[in-house]
Amino acid sequence: MDAALELRGITKRFGRIVANDGVDFDLQAGEVHALLGENGAGKSTLMSILYGLYRPDEGEIRVEGEPVTIDSPRRAIDLGIGMVHQHFMLIPVMTVAENIVLADEPRSAGGLLDVDAARSRVKELSDRFGLAVDPDAVIEDTSVGQQQRVEILKALYRDAQILVLDEPTAVLTAQETQDLFRVLRALRDDGKAIVFISHKLGEVLDIADRVTVLRRGKRVDTVATEGATEESLARLMVGRDVLLRVDKAPLQRREPILEVRDLHVRDDRDLPAVQGVDLTVHAGEIVAVAGVDGNGQTELIEAITGLRSVDSGAIVVEGRDRTGAGVRDMATAGISHIAEDRHRRGLVLNFSIAENLALRDYRTRELSRHGWLSPRKMVARARSLIREFDVRGGEPQTPAAALSGGNQQKCVIAREIAANPRVLVAAQPTRGLDVGAIEFVHRRLVTERDAGRGILLMSLESEEVRSLADRILVIYEGRIVGEFPPDATEEELGIAMTGGRRREAA
Amino acid sequence: MSVAETAPGGALGEPGPEGGGQTSAARLAAYVQGGGVVVPLLTVVMAFLAGGIVILLTGHNPLSTYKAIFDGTGLNWLLPWTSSADRPAAALNLQQTLIQTVPLILTGLAVAFAFRCGLFNIGGQGQYLMGSYAAVWAGSSFAGMAHVPHVLIAALLAAVAGALWAGIAGLLKATVGANEVISTIMLNYTAIYLGDYLFGLGGPLQGNQPSVPVSNDIAGGAKLHVFWGDPELQGLHIGIFVAIVALVVFWVVLNRSTTGYEVRAVGLNPEAARYGGMSVARNYLLVMAVCGFFAGLAGAMDILGWQFRIATNDIDISQIGFLGIAVALLGRNTAIGTFFSALLFGALLSGTSQRNLDPTIFEPELASNLTTIIQGLVVLFVSADVLVIAILRSGRRLVPVRRRRESET
Repeated sequence: MDAALELRGITKRFGRIVANDGVDFDLQAGEVHALLGENGAGKSTLMSILYGLYRPDEGEIRVEGEPVTIDSPRRAIDLGIGMVHQHFMLIPVMTVAENIVLADEPRSAGGLLDVDAARSRVKELSDRFGLAVDPDAVIEDTSVGQQQRVEILKALYRDAQILVLDEPTAVLTAQETQDLFRVLRALRDDGKAIVFISHKLGEVLDIADRVTVLRRGKRVDTVATEGATEESLARLMVGRDVLLRVDKAPLQRREPILEVRDLHVRDDRDLPAVQGVDLTVHAGEIVAVAGVDGNGQTELIEAITGLRSVDSGAIVVEGRDRTGAGVRDMATAGISHIAEDRHRRGLVLNFSIAENLALRDYRTRELSRHGWLSPRKMVARARSLIREFDVRGGEPQTPAAALSGGNQQKCVIAREIAANPRVLVAAQPTRGLDVGAIEFVHRRLVTERDAGRGILLMSLESEEVRSLADRILVIYEGRIVGEFPPDATEEELGIAMTGGRRREAA
Repeated sequence: MSVAETAPGGALGEPGPEGGGQTSAARLAAYVQGGGVVVPLLTVVMAFLAGGIVILLTGHNPLSTYKAIFDGTGLNWLLPWTSSADRPAAALNLQQTLIQTVPLILTGLAVAFAFRCGLFNIGGQGQYLMGSYAAVWAGSSFAGMAHVPHVLIAALLAAVAGALWAGIAGLLKATVGANEVISTIMLNYTAIYLGDYLFGLGGPLQGNQPSVPVSNDIAGGAKLHVFWGDPELQGLHIGIFVAIVALVVFWVVLNRSTTGYEVRAVGLNPEAARYGGMSVARNYLLVMAVCGFFAGLAGAMDILGWQFRIATNDIDISQIGFLGIAVALLGRNTAIGTFFSALLFGALLSGTSQRNLDPTIFEPELASNLTTIIQGLVVLFVSADVLVIAILRSGRRLVPVRRRRESET
């Protein structure tokens, strides 16, 4: 039997960059085939070729054994290829059913949209694969997980036999991910062929039947997930052995350096977000705040770093009350901040690396005098930080936007550690990074802990929390609802994170 | 295929390899901040081509018309092969071009500096007018004052008047978040009607001629020194050096001072600026005030340099502040770009004026409209930069999805 899809020798160049270099890939009906690789390994380019967004410079595409030319998404859809993009492409003010049938609407006699036909067709598809989507819900009122299922339905509505999902779990919670996997298994058992793009090893082992690993545009290998381990996949992906578990020296906890007492903070809509948080970070330890996104951890971090005003309570740094201090005063007091979103906040992407590294201390004597910058000193310092933190792909004058995500994050971390803080607040420090970069960030955080800094880690990944933290505080609805040791199980944490167990006595 | 699927880059940043899928504001920012001279040059060429079609439609020859405009600008004075017989006329014309260039540089900077901080200052016109009023008042008062202090006081008062006027918009933006586009537009109208009142019949600053709505002339001692040409025939005044110094100050402050670093950071990413400990609101206020300072200075240079008085009619038809927007956009908000695009617009203004254009080739009454048309086309093409970039990248498929689908259906 012919493969549902076969790519042979696909090569795609952008100028001098070879994004795909003779890549082979085959997909059988009734399998989930994962495409694994670091950022920039060529996964997205390959799938864009499959979807008709790019044309390959060399190579052949066969669908059901027939050689085809895919020169537009329309053609891809006609061939039964459906794509679920990382960023959803839905119209927020329309209903689920309207979005799904858009541009392919069933029409009634008068040429008008046949709403009932659309709705019943959506309902039927939704029921068949257990997608549990209400056809009449308006998109902007639905959750991210539901929107993703709408995207899947959109593809199914157009009779997709081949479904490509580009990093589908990046936006999902753990529970939503499990729901998605259930749907994918149902689709697979129905005979659909599914391409699952990811760089999360655990998920790939969980859902996929086979894995094709890309590195720097080339196919490294295709292996069955049966018998593969996270370590073996990581080695294929990065090209060397990767330490997935963090080696830590025993805890050397010292004096408390950050104390938060009965803190209350409001969010942007002026609703209470942090409701009475107490926590202490000692020198030499990593304290993690774990929780499902949107439970006040962002506001907590912003209050501690001076970005958000405090309703009531106290923030004490090294014994001095700093409640209400602004960003600059908090930084002077010894708090550094690896921001949650490096594009939105941590970096000025159009600034050079040197300018970005100066973002927090451009006014100090080290970089400027009497209000005049010293570009020479900025560049010299950037050069030494680039070396120390192994930032690759850029000179001091290179715009930060030109760096890969991992190297951008290294710039942020370099700047925040170079300030020699007492407390390092790290908010989702590995978000969107690939395995190699994650390893670097984790090792560096542990090094700083061992050097006697206090580290407050905020993360949504329970695996990261468990492997890094010395103590885990679970935050739920703006309150710390439990404290766990690092050997707490995933289940214990999961239950606390969803509010299952409240801490007795406040 | 849904409509939404035509944006492969998604709505949230992350410029794709083709730079598509961004918001128009982000595209405009990328256009004006990106380096390079190719796109602005192409923009100008396209505007002139389109203008040529307009000339053709009026039944004239575009080439000879453009040649006549070029000669009218006096820029032929710079060409070595211009005959010595033509040189005196060319010199006079070039002086006119540069006199127009002076305020355009300054109002261009007033817009460019705001853009660099992420603000759109449409209020250059109002700030320019407020500066003009202050310069006329100061220039026509203090009759016996010595030349240098009189000029300095008049120019400084004009700049401060512009700064205060723009500062209103800056303050509103910084405190209550009022959109500076709206507030500066409103302040333009306020400034125009304020001038109509001040210098109109019976107005407090109307001059000694009872039935003419015009101010008194400024004192001889308040006039800027003319260093090229005949002062009686509107020779070139020293304002050109003021404008060039302003360009240098703009560049140095923006690129070499901590203040400029803050301004650029706020302009590129206000959230990151806040995270870096900067006060975004304070920068908005400061930047608007500096913009008004530049525009007010432009008003002073025109009043003290060659107009010497202001009539309500001048106030109503003046476009210098608005032209500053086109200057800044075309000049990509850089110092060097602002200089050249101000020179271009200054040349267009004087080259198509009744005084300079050869009437046998193109009727001067029509010609100034041509300037307006080309100016409009430049703004249009700058705003529609996608078009220019699309032509540049025509081989590289800028909008692959949409284009191909349309050709299929």
